[in-house]
Amino acid sequence: MKFLCVECDQQMTFEERQLPGDGTLAAAFRCPRCGRAVALLTNPMETQLVASLGVKIGGTTLPAQPLETVRGMVATGRDDAFADGVRGRGSGVRWSADAEDRLARVPGFVRGMVKRIYADYANDRGIAEITPAMMDRARSELGLEGM
Amino acid sequence: MPLNIRTYHDLTEPDRSGLPDQIGAQRRRVAERLATVGRVVAVMSGKGGVGKSFVTAHLARALARAGRAVGVLDADLNGPTAARLLEAPAARLAVREDGVLPALGVEGVKFISMDQLLEDGRPLAFRGPEQESFVWRGAMEAAALREFLGDVVWGTLDLLLIDLPPGMQRFAELADLLGAAPAVLTVTIPTPESRDAVRRAMHAARDRGSELLGVVENMVGGAFRGSAADDLAREFAIPVLGRVPFHPNDAAWQGIVDSALRTPHSAP
Repeated sequence: MKFLCVECDQQMTFEERQLPGDGTLAAAFRCPRCGRAVALLTNPMETQLVASLGVKIGGTTLPAQPLETVRGMVATGRDDAFADGVRGRGSGVRWSADAEDRLARVPGFVRGMVKRIYADYANDRGIAEITPAMMDRARSELGLEGM
Repeated sequence: MPLNIRTYHDLTEPDRSGLPDQIGAQRRRVAERLATVGRVVAVMSGKGGVGKSFVTAHLARALARAGRAVGVLDADLNGPTAARLLEAPAARLAVREDGVLPALGVEGVKFISMDQLLEDGRPLAFRGPEQESFVWRGAMEAAALREFLGDVVWGTLDLLLIDLPPGMQRFAELADLLGAAPAVLTVTIPTPESRDAVRRAMHAARDRGSELLGVVENMVGGAFRGSAADDLAREFAIPVLGRVPFHPNDAAWQGIVDSALRTPHSAP
């Protein structure tokens, strides 16, 4: 998927991805010559179709977690299906109380994976403490719809 | 006057999304994971209710008793039974950095099944818009199959049995994910109705390039009458690997394993 600024005849560059939380997705692209930005807006069905392929518009910076699509998308998973006992590379990152509260609201089926994704994101960027604001940023940047 | 728009391939800057690369990486992950698996065999019938899962689980157990390292991937995502058939219904999956460890069933058979992941009695349901779910649900199930193949740390196996649901959709997905159609073990019951349905599936598998290893006839000696296994074996020039009575014992399964091991092409 590429975007062309027709006026400048210039390929636009990916700027950012946003997940408003209503099942839709926005991906913004900007023309490096004239600075004009356009947004690709997908409806819930289109967003879901992309998610079902296990790919992310705009690319991804973190490697896929084991069973990421299953854990992220199955709605009827049992809370105790997984034993996420193994420590990842982001295991030394601190969690604020608000961030822990928010994590606790994530269904048990996916919680361990979500925790590791945020911790790896923070670790890779040298972020010492995970906060709700950082979680929002990571969620959009990584395309973690619903996490 | 139409705009002069360059095409996708005219634009030389890389595609930041790189969707084909992401798909390619998924395929490589499957291939790398299965590099330590000696052979992948799909257990198939194309017909529901003939006992594919039952045969898969018991063949896996018999092979394990014969000293083979065996895994079972339950690809029947909507009717999973492997956990119960392998007597490990409460098995939980341990997550490691490099993947998910398969559960360990009776007699050391490694397995993964949606059975382990779903709430008791609940169907497989995905988060997402219910309207037009037919557009994306198939792709979501194929993604689950891909992750079962590529994200489970199977380790060194002589044989990975893949228990397919009725129909040919999952078989096609499996062939795509593996990059080549897997060898197929066919299960039927004796009736002509089963024979006719299974025959279609076998033609589809053979047309796709699968090696047909043989036929197992299940539920023999009871109410079901017919000669499905013999008919299919004759038509496809493959062996009848065994006939399973309604209440088989270990010796019956061992007989099938012995028969399979004696057949050059089907030996795991």
